Amino acid sequence: MTLLAVERIKLFTTRSPWWCMVLALGLSIGFTAIIAANSTEGAMPVVASAFTHQFGLMVIMVMAALAITTEYRFGTIKATFQAVPDRISPLVAKGVVVALLSAVVGLLVGFGSWGLSWLIVSDRSQLALESANDWRHVLGVSLVFAAGSLLALGVGTLVRQTAGAVSIILVFALLVENLVTLIPKIGDDIQKWLPFTVANKFVLGEADSSGLPEGAGPPVPGELSPWGSLAYFTAIALAFFVVSLVVAKRRDA
Amino acid sequence: MIEAIGLTKRYGNTVAVDNLSFTVAPGRVTGFLGPNGAGKSTTMRMILGLDRPTSGKVLIDGKPYTQLDRPLRTVGALLDAKWVHPNRSARAHLDWLAKSNGLPGKRVDEVLDLVGLTKVAKRRAGGFSLGMSQRLGIAGALLGDPKVLLFDEPVNGLDPEGILWIRQFMQGLAAEGRTVLVSSHLLSEMALTASDLVVIGRGKLISQSTTTEFVERSTENAVRVRSPHADKLGAMLVDKGFTVREGEDGALTVTGATSDQVGDIAASAGVVLHELSPQRGSLEEAFMQLTGDSVEYHAAETGK
Repeated sequence: MTLLAVERIKLFTTRSPWWCMVLALGLSIGFTAIIAANSTEGAMPVVASAFTHQFGLMVIMVMAALAITTEYRFGTIKATFQAVPDRISPLVAKGVVVALLSAVVGLLVGFGSWGLSWLIVSDRSQLALESANDWRHVLGVSLVFAAGSLLALGVGTLVRQTAGAVSIILVFALLVENLVTLIPKIGDDIQKWLPFTVANKFVLGEADSSGLPEGAGPPVPGELSPWGSLAYFTAIALAFFVVSLVVAKRRDA
Repeated sequence: MIEAIGLTKRYGNTVAVDNLSFTVAPGRVTGFLGPNGAGKSTTMRMILGLDRPTSGKVLIDGKPYTQLDRPLRTVGALLDAKWVHPNRSARAHLDWLAKSNGLPGKRVDEVLDLVGLTKVAKRRAGGFSLGMSQRLGIAGALLGDPKVLLFDEPVNGLDPEGILWIRQFMQGLAAEGRTVLVSSHLLSEMALTASDLVVIGRGKLISQSTTTEFVERSTENAVRVRSPHADKLGAMLVDKGFTVREGEDGALTVTGATSDQVGDIAASAGVVLHELSPQRGSLEEAFMQLTGDSVEYHAAETGK
């Protein structure tokens, strides 16, 4: 418990996490507002309010990576390991704090996007939260943010440099996972199993989308069920996080 | 009490610390002396469990650092004053450190007061001068009221006032019965601060003794000789077992010999002398002589 408080103090006594949170909320909810304002072709479905959660996810992962890379950058990781030499417990505490915070931001993004859409659109017939799928589109954002932040924290711990960690995460999530489809024949099959594509399936997949025009919104490839997709994405995130713990424990600080 | 036993650290083919054994006693300031790159910081990081020794071990009151419970209460260290997040306030920096070892917030106020940073505690640490950063680092080291304190080059880049403050501060800590290990590459500074010296070069132990002993031993019996037959004289002196160094002006510095001995040897061979003068070698010279073979990067080498 003490170490959770330590990591909370560390996170909230610098400015970058605050900026990241504001940015994550602003980008996701802001773009959803634009979608809502322009949803003139039929009623806006619940899933449409979740399309832009990926903006927030990217920013939240940058925040998570920064939480550890700045410790390496400024040497406070050495003070941390000096204070708690087993190394694993402060890093796990950081994981818990960062994941919880990301989950809260995800909750605000999910409900904020949906709520603002509710206020903006004229035809709310498809926007009520009625089915389990509807709730998943809204609440799922929170779970994906939490898992994504652990993934980013793991990458940050392994790479130890802000620029390196952030580029790896963003280039992979935004470019590699989309461009991989250019590989002839197998590209589409590979993409289906890449982590952010799978995470997307959890939030946006299998929508009750009677109001959604044909081909609207981002594509949702994937073989697994939505909840299976979440399990898959979380497993990958945890794997990165655990490997980063082992590496941090073994190498010189 | 710090005890290093056969401590070795290898990075690939480079041996940073080589089978180093020494002890640091409580109640006195022990200087950890060596040229840049001798392995002082690596050794200190190994003492703190930050770097893993390739072989050997280092114990603090009989235990490895990583087995200490809430270690800030036993060992305080200032390895680098810049190890602070620049956007975090001094107060917040100490807050999380204190919290991690279950130290009360009241203790943070105490150490801030002790190092004289109370007034700037809310300011971001990135805006601190070097002297202030150094004080903040010391405050962090003192948080747990530890018995053992480590300082790595604490006076580097400080103004004379700051140097004096740190020197007196460390001596005060030792007078309270604490174990104080302070590294430096300046013997003159250590001569004023430390009562014991652990001297290393290229990762190896050169000597462990009191500062007085070290200074006497290293500065005794140096003789400066100038001669048109310096080569011949030098060879003869080396044959007799003395250490001879040739200066840039062609003069020889002979250590381990008295001016009488050098004069007799010269006369016996009929070598003409232009100068024969006993030297009270400066501390720095003695130190360079002692560690001369073990300096990692010679000026000439870096000029390649």
